[in-house]
Amino acid sequence: MRTVAYREALNEALSEEMEKDDRIFLMGEEVGHYDGAYKVSKGLLKRFGEKRVIDTPIAEGGFVGVGIGAAMVGLRPVIELMTWNFSFVAADQLINNAAKIRQMSGGQFTLPIVFRGPGGSAHMLAAQHSQSTEALWAHIPGLKVVMPANPKDAKGLLKSAIRDNNPIIFIESEVMYGDQGEIPDGEYTIPLGVGEVKRPGKDITIIGWSKMVKVAMGAAEQLAAEGIEAEVVDPRTIRPLDEELIVESVKKTGRCMILEEGWPFNGVGAEIAYRIGRRCFDDLDAPVERLTGADMPMPYNHHLEVQCVPDVPRAVALAKKLLYLE
Amino acid sequence: MSATEREASEPRETPRPDKAQLAEYYRQMLAIRRMEEALAKAYALRKFGGFLHLYIGQEAVAVGALAALKPDDYVIATYREHAHAYAKGMSSKSIIAELFGKETGCSKGLGGSMHLFDASKNFLGGYGIVGGHIPLAAGTAFASKYKGDGRVTLCFFGDGSVPQGAFHEGVALAALWRLPVVFICENNLYSMGTPLYRSLSVADVSQKALAYGIARDRFDGEDVIRVRDRVAEAVRRARNESLPTLIEIRTYRFRGHSMSDAGLYRTKEEVEEWKKRDPVSFGRELLVKAKVDEKEIVAIEDKVQAEIEEAVKFADESPELAYEKLAEFTYKE
Repeated sequence: MRTVAYREALNEALSEEMEKDDRIFLMGEEVGHYDGAYKVSKGLLKRFGEKRVIDTPIAEGGFVGVGIGAAMVGLRPVIELMTWNFSFVAADQLINNAAKIRQMSGGQFTLPIVFRGPGGSAHMLAAQHSQSTEALWAHIPGLKVVMPANPKDAKGLLKSAIRDNNPIIFIESEVMYGDQGEIPDGEYTIPLGVGEVKRPGKDITIIGWSKMVKVAMGAAEQLAAEGIEAEVVDPRTIRPLDEELIVESVKKTGRCMILEEGWPFNGVGAEIAYRIGRRCFDDLDAPVERLTGADMPMPYNHHLEVQCVPDVPRAVALAKKLLYLE
Repeated sequence: MSATEREASEPRETPRPDKAQLAEYYRQMLAIRRMEEALAKAYALRKFGGFLHLYIGQEAVAVGALAALKPDDYVIATYREHAHAYAKGMSSKSIIAELFGKETGCSKGLGGSMHLFDASKNFLGGYGIVGGHIPLAAGTAFASKYKGDGRVTLCFFGDGSVPQGAFHEGVALAALWRLPVVFICENNLYSMGTPLYRSLSVADVSQKALAYGIARDRFDGEDVIRVRDRVAEAVRRARNESLPTLIEIRTYRFRGHSMSDAGLYRTKEEVEEWKKRDPVSFGRELLVKAKVDEKEIVAIEDKVQAEIEEAVKFADESPELAYEKLAEFTYKE
């Protein structure tokens, strides 16, 4: 094992896969000469040249469409969105083309393409730059949605995403690029659709993904100090969802809390809660609870902003409520 | 104007096409016409539903333009794409069966009139969101340049696509990256039910090319030979120099935007005037002028009639996809 940053893990995944398969190219705003807005693509231009690391103008609808067209005829594009906030400019391409071409064509065209970039809120970026988009993308059949929570998952999942033959929405965390973590030394991948228990426990299941895994782990640690063993489950892939892992955990603990940075209405957590309700009805000792982002556009002011995102103190409080320890 | 900015009025030297070519173009145009007439009839009989956008009146554009291509070249189009699919070599059986929603259709009955696809013919589909396929055309051309496979992409759209952002982004990227693609605007003067002067501030669509620094051309589309030869110039530019071209071809649809269109936004006189420039009739005249025997022409017409009748029968009798098989088309294993 060795320790690398989240951005380095992603960079390794890109360069290792690009080395193996010259159909793979990276395209996006400032991925080349600038070395990437968040330095995920650092050094790739130097290594692979301008043919395979392509800077684009600010035209998301255009270059997302270019990627889709290229994927239709045999290439394997990785399209970087500088942030997922900008994906809405390309929503028609993602929703009406990427997700549907396979089915509309009777299975004749498949799209091996990854759309990746940072999502979620960061630090005082205000409403237009602080959005969690996974619930929107996961709603759409034809797309897969992947959200790694640490360097090991980031590398293994990105490699799998690049090798997959479907359009992948790969959402990184804007505030975790510098996070350090251990990754295996040799070649490895992590399959899409397989979650992971990040911390075992028996008293309550806390589900979270991406940045919310950190909140879940922080809450679990505080709860442990009070003798409560929380199990932290990270689905890692939102669609397809590892329902079995979640059900197994909730059947064991009988209690479940879902942390989600995004908005509550029609959130991913709402879908997970429904599935738990259907599969674990007789095993639950308390209602499934959700702690989500506030149901409003993200404010700029910092003290307001932090209150709009789930944090450890509120997660701990909610867990205790579910355990009737208030 | 430079060599790459010609107007239709300029005389042009073109080699006299041979009789076999003229006969083939006429056959294709007539087959497309008869196929769509059969589709309109079947639609009226409620054999299928959804939207049906007929191409009747514009046939010389698709047939002429695609005659300038090699089989390996890519074609991508809008939802008014029955003609382009046929001219790219797809059978009337696979097209009509698709509209009838049958498993034997080119897209297994999952796409319908607006989403004809055939990978084996390099027909990359019909798309239902106006202008949304234009960046895809830049993408397939990008792939051709990346692979160095020498293929050219032809992208068809209407004047209604031109105000869309996707048109401008697709053309801008193709120009910036010098991609081997030909953008063909079939200007039929109406964006759905809205006349051109109410949807575009500059009526000359080809002028958009100036903004992106690419070649342009503009001409009338009733003569299949003119279309073929002018498009061929752009195809050569794409293939040999890897440069895109924007071509505006002025044409007219004799039918409504779709089957629900009562056509109240244009006069009968205007429609009748354009019908005098029917590209299919024009194609027949070319055969007569080339001294092709009337019997040979009638033989073509009989053959087309039989082909379409057989295709309708085939579509009628074809099975539908079972619901149990549907899920596998959402994701690739």
